[in-house]
Amino acid sequence: MTEQLHPEQPRMDYVDGNMLAGPLQEVFAVDLTTATGRCASCGQTGPVAALRVYSNAPGVVARCPSCTEVMLRLVRTPDSAWLDLRGSTFLQIPMPAESFTTPGPVAM
Amino acid sequence: MARTAIPGRLTKRAGWWVARLVDRREETATACTLVLEVPDWPGHLPGQHVDLRLTAEDGYQAARSYSVSAPADGERIEVTVQRVPDGEVSPYLIEGLSIGDQIEVKGPLGGYFVWRMTDPAPVLLVGGGSGIAPLMAMIRARRAAGSRVPFRLIYSVRTERDIYFADELRRRVREDQGLDVAYVYTREVPEISPAQAHRIGVADVNSHGWPPQLEPTNFVCGPTGFVEAVSDILVALGHEPRRIKTERFGPTGA
Repeated sequence: MTEQLHPEQPRMDYVDGNMLAGPLQEVFAVDLTTATGRCASCGQTGPVAALRVYSNAPGVVARCPSCTEVMLRLVRTPDSAWLDLRGSTFLQIPMPAESFTTPGPVAM
Repeated sequence: MARTAIPGRLTKRAGWWVARLVDRREETATACTLVLEVPDWPGHLPGQHVDLRLTAEDGYQAARSYSVSAPADGERIEVTVQRVPDGEVSPYLIEGLSIGDQIEVKGPLGGYFVWRMTDPAPVLLVGGGSGIAPLMAMIRARRAAGSRVPFRLIYSVRTERDIYFADELRRRVREDQGLDVAYVYTREVPEISPAQAHRIGVADVNSHGWPPQLEPTNFVCGPTGFVEAVSDILVALGHEPRRIKTERFGPTGA
């Protein structure tokens, strides 16, 4: 049996930011899906894992769940990864306290 | 398309592990659990997922995310796969992959949709269809650790025949103290059920979930439309959005 979507139903052809963990792991040393991001368009903050992710585009496009503007784009080519974050004001990444060290001036 | 799971020339790189299928179990007519042996697997947390990658003979690659449905057992991990009609990857995983075949695995992935045993908050799990997979990992991890954290599961399925892990869930409810399971049937109810077939609604979540005053952690996993509906209900019932963790796997049937 096939599901018929009513025409007035909103598009549901997205998944969420949880699936970014694999593609982003190639680039970053930490899990960015637990990071909190702020949308540059509407100012909403929330976990990267809760973004709306459309992976049927070339690469992956992650949109703000509140205003649906693009917050993150990641395209993988054979020899590089393109990461476009212009739709995000910041990413706040949880870090363990013990790894926080500020390099001081070099002692002479 | 004819496809070999992995060409021999591939070695572990960029976080991909070479795994071997060691066992498979039918869960429903359209879903099965694959038991993979991953040498040097570092272990995972309940709720995490892996990416599975297939490579065709011409080098074309396709990867998909799948939830791990059981706690790690040494180098063995279990993923439960629902067959997506016309899907690029799942029909091959269910029908084309034989015991002993190799496949590439990246993971464990994701630190968001994860139950941490150190968190004493009561837990509500709401699963739609194959969305039960990561929730089952949490139920099994709770059992394995002897945790007393109270768990409630609301499981929405089309019919009784579509329940994954049906026997084990019955047993868990009998044996695991502090675990309650309620079912919602969307197409056809079992004969003894007093309820009508319906989509999950406020009454289901209100009766079988926790009051927001207890500050439970709510994990919701299923098709995108299902997850949107349930998280809207939880917010309307007064749960804080940060206590609602969601995982969407696409349109219904995906």
